Amino acid sequence: MGTVAAALTLVAAVALLGGRAAGWSAYAPPDAAGAVRPWHAVDLPWVPGLDLRFHLGVDGISWPLVVLTALLTLLCCGYSLWRVPGGGSGRALVALLLVVEVGILGTFLALDLVLFFLFFEVVLLPMYAIIVGWGGDGTDPVSLDARRRAGRKFALYTLFGSVLLLVGVYVVVAAAGTADIVTLTGGAELSRATQLAAFTLLALAFAVKSPLWPLHSWLPDAHTQAPTVGSVLLAGVLLKMGTYGLIRVALGVTPEGARWAAPVLGVLAVAAILIGSLVCLAQTELKRLIAYSSVGHMGFVLLGVATLTATGIQAALIGNVAHGIITGLLFFLAGAIKDRIHTGALTELSGLRETAPRLSGLLAFAAVASLGLPGLAGFWGEAFAVVAAVESGGALWTTLAVLAAIGGALTAAYLLRMLRRVTHGEPTPVVAALGPGLARAELVAWVPLVLLALAVGLAPTLVLGVAEAPVDALVGVVAR
Amino acid sequence: MALLVTLDGPAESSATWIELGGLTVTLGVRLDGAAALVAVAVTAVALAVQTYSTGYLRQGPPEEPDHRYPPYAAQVSLFTAAMLLVVVSGDLILLLVGWEVMGLCSYLLIAHDRRLPEAPAAAMKAFLVTRVGDVGFLLGIALLGVSAGSFRIADVLAHDHGTTTLTAACLLLLAGVAGKSAQFPLHTWLPDAMAGPTPISALIHAATMVAAGVYAVTRLWSLFEATPTALVVLGIMASVTLLLGALAATAQDDIKRVLAWSTVSQIGYMTGALAVGSPPAALFHLLTHAAFKALLFLAAGAVIHAVGTTLMSRMGGLRSSMPVTFWCTLIGLGALAGVPPLSGFWSKEGVLAAAEQTALHGDGPAPAWLGWLVWLAALVGVAVTAWYATRLLLRTFFGATRTPLPQPHDPPAVLRWPVLALAVPAALLGLAGFPGWFSRHLQAGPPVGSDAVSDLMPPDGLIHLTPTVLLPLALLVIGAGLAWAGWRRDRTADPAAALGPLRPVLARAFRLDDVQHTVVVRPTTAVARMARTTDERVVDGAVTGTGRAARVLGCGLGVLHRAALPRAAAAVLAGALLIGLAAVLIGATA
Repeated sequence: MGTVAAALTLVAAVALLGGRAAGWSAYAPPDAAGAVRPWHAVDLPWVPGLDLRFHLGVDGISWPLVVLTALLTLLCCGYSLWRVPGGGSGRALVALLLVVEVGILGTFLALDLVLFFLFFEVVLLPMYAIIVGWGGDGTDPVSLDARRRAGRKFALYTLFGSVLLLVGVYVVVAAAGTADIVTLTGGAELSRATQLAAFTLLALAFAVKSPLWPLHSWLPDAHTQAPTVGSVLLAGVLLKMGTYGLIRVALGVTPEGARWAAPVLGVLAVAAILIGSLVCLAQTELKRLIAYSSVGHMGFVLLGVATLTATGIQAALIGNVAHGIITGLLFFLAGAIKDRIHTGALTELSGLRETAPRLSGLLAFAAVASLGLPGLAGFWGEAFAVVAAVESGGALWTTLAVLAAIGGALTAAYLLRMLRRVTHGEPTPVVAALGPGLARAELVAWVPLVLLALAVGLAPTLVLGVAEAPVDALVGVVAR
Repeated sequence: MALLVTLDGPAESSATWIELGGLTVTLGVRLDGAAALVAVAVTAVALAVQTYSTGYLRQGPPEEPDHRYPPYAAQVSLFTAAMLLVVVSGDLILLLVGWEVMGLCSYLLIAHDRRLPEAPAAAMKAFLVTRVGDVGFLLGIALLGVSAGSFRIADVLAHDHGTTTLTAACLLLLAGVAGKSAQFPLHTWLPDAMAGPTPISALIHAATMVAAGVYAVTRLWSLFEATPTALVVLGIMASVTLLLGALAATAQDDIKRVLAWSTVSQIGYMTGALAVGSPPAALFHLLTHAAFKALLFLAAGAVIHAVGTTLMSRMGGLRSSMPVTFWCTLIGLGALAGVPPLSGFWSKEGVLAAAEQTALHGDGPAPAWLGWLVWLAALVGVAVTAWYATRLLLRTFFGATRTPLPQPHDPPAVLRWPVLALAVPAALLGLAGFPGWFSRHLQAGPPVGSDAVSDLMPPDGLIHLTPTVLLPLALLVIGAGLAWAGWRRDRTADPAAALGPLRPVLARAFRLDDVQHTVVVRPTTAVARMARTTDERVVDGAVTGTGRAARVLGCGLGVLHRAALPRAAAAVLAGALLIGLAAVLIGATA
């Protein structure tokens, strides 16, 4: 039932593209100067007393993420039909996944700051429940304690970020007298001081979610302890709420603050790339390694955003989508390996290609996509984040570009190290007991991601074609 | 091949692939004479390798047939396709796609052999070392693309870049070229890559991968031509690589490693030719090298197939039992050493002539001293090459047999035919360098402006015999003669014994692997461990510490509130008093 609902959501999400032409012309009369022009919008009064409006809309920046969310949730629900991780009932899990989806979709669609904040919060508790209820490996007290701790850390840490977001949102709303993102984008009404304060608060909040180094430490624990579907959603779309918020809200509403803070953001992003990769290079647990790799990849996305150029923001958008596809796939595969042999320690994994060639081939594909091989999805975001940094010019950005490119080589190093440990060599006893087969549900969940990684890699216009005009409009107001 | 015949002028077509904030990436294809020739060489070698592989892997080592032929064949095809993409690409990003996919394929194929414990490490090394070079390549492309506003090669070449940008970009590109073409100091992956199956070695060494770097420079030649700094760096790199490779080849016992180091050295000739401003000579050597190196590897594969080992100390005396392989190897080695009239002689002569021209006349884009450097290195290289080629021949095919197998024999037809087919171009391709359509194709090849067609090479051909041609020939005879004399004295001993105390150093290629390990690998892993510890202790420690501190504070406050009645009553009274006082004070001031 829940899966059917998820499927319908996906169909609806894709269908949003259909009415685009009409929506575009309806919302973009030649003289309309707004930087956000949704294709479709719903604008209803919600709590008139507090002047809150229920304003949703979709445009080229949010649409790829909406589709990605719908797709990943559908795959996760389908996967849960086949395998329910120990700890609770499958129906409850699917229900929680759907609640998470509502929150994420709402965040991507909201065009009202307060509404945005509310949806941002909806995600938190169900995710906590998924981690604590279905996560971990085994039911003994030690692992129970470990996942409780991870869940608590996730909830409290991101709640801390949300408090900052709330304050930031109300700083903006109080100063501007409206919460409507469409009117606010451009930041015309806000004074410089307000913008700087608001941007700092908002950027901190989104940095926790993205996560930006050094505010990332909730992520490895949460990813490691969460069940497979939880990790997939966490890495695949939850992190994107942070970067999306940064682009749509922080950049759009407080452009002057963004210009002021961009160098700091860039430096932190590159620090995230390098430190994330280095930590991965010394990591000994499969899921933890993939989790830390997210820190590095999101570093590339944030670097793209920090350049404040059209190239950089487009790179960030496609990097977002690519990371969702590829890391989602990686977590699915890591989950499959852990489900089979009940360990993720790299020292106990070896020779997977001898006993499970298909699984190991898919893992190699995902790892190669993740290291940014040209022709696959991951390449565009990373290479063009570097190009955008070069484009920005100046000593600082050039240095950042060089360091980020070196980070790209480190990314290759840790992923190849992982592949060498996991797939090559003599099989360990636990691996030797593996059968070569894959369940049909697994294939059904993975194949769309594999195909998308290829499709986005070969035809990046799939994502960027729709995003070009809105990004140009956004950069128009930011770079003024 | 049909393409080659019908092609008159450069053909180019492109479609916009994607626009990223004003930077256009196109899906462009550009074909000219050089591209067509290289493409034909690539496909010819790939065809030979595919045919050969069906026999080499299927029948394989007798004890264990290989069950993973299908993915292997697919990877070879992908490899070839990626190389062709590099060759015909009309856009820098598209070129980068092919460039990196090749790196991936080499990784997959080198790791193919599951029985070799060192194969995964070698594969990883190949990918990582080239990837380190690609950091520079990507940055160079980014610089050029941003400067020109487009990644289309024609636009990039036509755009007038500033000198600083151009020098920086060319030097960065050279890093990538050094990685792919196994030039010093990023050459370390190539000898280790011998862990891959022998046909793969032929593919990597002859037509794809290592040739890509040289080809990329010729493709962007007008940029390099305008930056003397980049040419100087390239020339020094080439000279070091050339001698390093040749010397390292003298002391190897593994037949494939001898050939691997000889590739390093021969690519040094090509980059040397580029450094002294003669892309046609470089491409000519690239083509002949593709033919004779593929031949040598496939012939070596036949030997390994028959003897069951790659060590020359366990071969010997195979001339009578494997006549076909012997004659083919002889042709290949002759071409490698530059014996006239085999192909290698002509193309190496072209390189030497170009270097000599720069050295004596100094009228090219590169300074004269660079010409001297390349020329002398190349001449010394000729003698050393002759020495190790002779050694390989003597150790493998002459003397008494040292193999434990009773009866080695020539390989079956499916292995034999590709070897024989490759022997033809290895022997005769050099003659094509005489004036005619072949050299015209190469001349028109590099996308240089019409006025910049290299004036080092006379427009009427790639080959011009002058008295100086006797110099390399004399050196060749000296090199070969020395090896032969050493072998005459003691037919069971290795001529490499003559190297004396230098032998272990050369065998480990001046211990550059160890240097790389100490300077790059160990610090990186140490830093990685440190980063992990810091991240877990400090960054995460601060977070958990905050949580713990909050809890301790809460407990403390809780303890404070758990008070007996008298103290609690006193506290309430004190609070009331304070609030009253505050109210009075505020009231007074207001």
